[in-house]
Amino acid sequence: MWTIAAKDLHSELRTKEAWNASIAFSVVILLLFAFAFDPSSDQIREFGSGLLWMTYAFAGALVLNRSFARELQNDCLDALIASPISSAALFVGKALANFAMLFAVELFSLPVFGLFYNTWPPHFAPLFLVMVLGTWALTIIGTLFSALTVNLRLRELMLPTLVYPMMIPVLIAAMTITTNVLAGNAMGFGVRFLVAFDIIFTTLAVVFVDTVLVG
Amino acid sequence: MREKIIIGLAAFAGALLAWNMNTIFTQLPDELNQGAIYRIIYFHVPANILGMSGFGLGMLFSIGYLVTKDLRYDALAASVTEVSLVFASIGLATGSIWARIIWGVWWAWDYRLTSWLVCWLIFGGYLMLRRAVDEPNQRARFAAVVSILGSVNAYISYKSIEWWTTQHPQPVLSIRNGGGMAEGMEAPIWWNLLALACFSTILVMVRMRQESFAREIDTLRRMAHAQ
Repeated sequence: MWTIAAKDLHSELRTKEAWNASIAFSVVILLLFAFAFDPSSDQIREFGSGLLWMTYAFAGALVLNRSFARELQNDCLDALIASPISSAALFVGKALANFAMLFAVELFSLPVFGLFYNTWPPHFAPLFLVMVLGTWALTIIGTLFSALTVNLRLRELMLPTLVYPMMIPVLIAAMTITTNVLAGNAMGFGVRFLVAFDIIFTTLAVVFVDTVLVG
Repeated sequence: MREKIIIGLAAFAGALLAWNMNTIFTQLPDELNQGAIYRIIYFHVPANILGMSGFGLGMLFSIGYLVTKDLRYDALAASVTEVSLVFASIGLATGSIWARIIWGVWWAWDYRLTSWLVCWLIFGGYLMLRRAVDEPNQRARFAAVVSILGSVNAYISYKSIEWWTTQHPQPVLSIRNGGGMAEGMEAPIWWNLLALACFSTILVMVRMRQESFAREIDTLRRMAHAQ
């Protein structure tokens, strides 16, 4: 599991394909949103969390899309499936690597968001908690569907069609909590929802990944 | 035999629906606060119950496929989900019409409406995924996984009106401890549910037959290619 995670991170650190693309993409999204809304208004605290999580979701999709697709070259995916590790270990390893990459992208875009929109949370600890819980949920869903669509002819079309609707409950909960955190209020019900979502979907994904990859 | 069952069910459902329409439109009075538009509940609630329970049933058939690897379970899951998506669409459309009259807007972003729309999108994606995979066993496996994951969202949508204070009305049916309807106003919901359930059974049966023909054609094509 850790070997798979380390392999993915090494490979990404060498090529920086997904990292460069998602960083550039997140900056572009944050820049475009500044023209869609008035970034200097007082309401930025209310809709800022929405912008932040939409940036994470879109930029994250770039990282997650590549997760299994990068194994298609030279039939690496077949070799990984045939290797003496369980599908669950392969999946969790990839999910951990994706989580690390996505979290790094988020840590980069958070200060960019703060600078562009002049919004800083009063306390960072609750924000990081939401980011960890929300990012893990996005990662689990994204990695599972990356595995599911990797061999489809319409991969580029099917992945967003399936992934984004699944992510919506997570994004709504994360946005609600982040709005509360930015306003300096208590985090609310959403944290329990995110924890439950993480547990349920991680369990389901680990149970079904063998069905998806091997059959 | 199958034709006879379909015709019998259709005759029963048609007669029941006609009788129930008579009750709803000529015998029941207008609701005190909402006026005549409240009658949409007699279609909105049964359609959504069928949509929601259909997604759950699709999940059970999907588990059935994963356990037995029998493609008939996959055909059942696909048929039930497809019909349920139609009923979910009816539920969304009727709800939207009611909202326009009562709330003054076609749509409100509360938890129930949003979660149900999310379900609709997920199971729409389920049907698109089925078209994108050619190999029947692979299609069945992938579709089963999406169906099971999607059902978690269907359950969230079902419970949303209890978990959160939503703009959507809280439970009114007596089986969910609602009891918010006057004497005689709740029964036609259940009769309509029975009639629409009969129609959905007919649709599933027709769809199942198409699936079995499609499987047969696929087998013949493979045999022709193999020779």
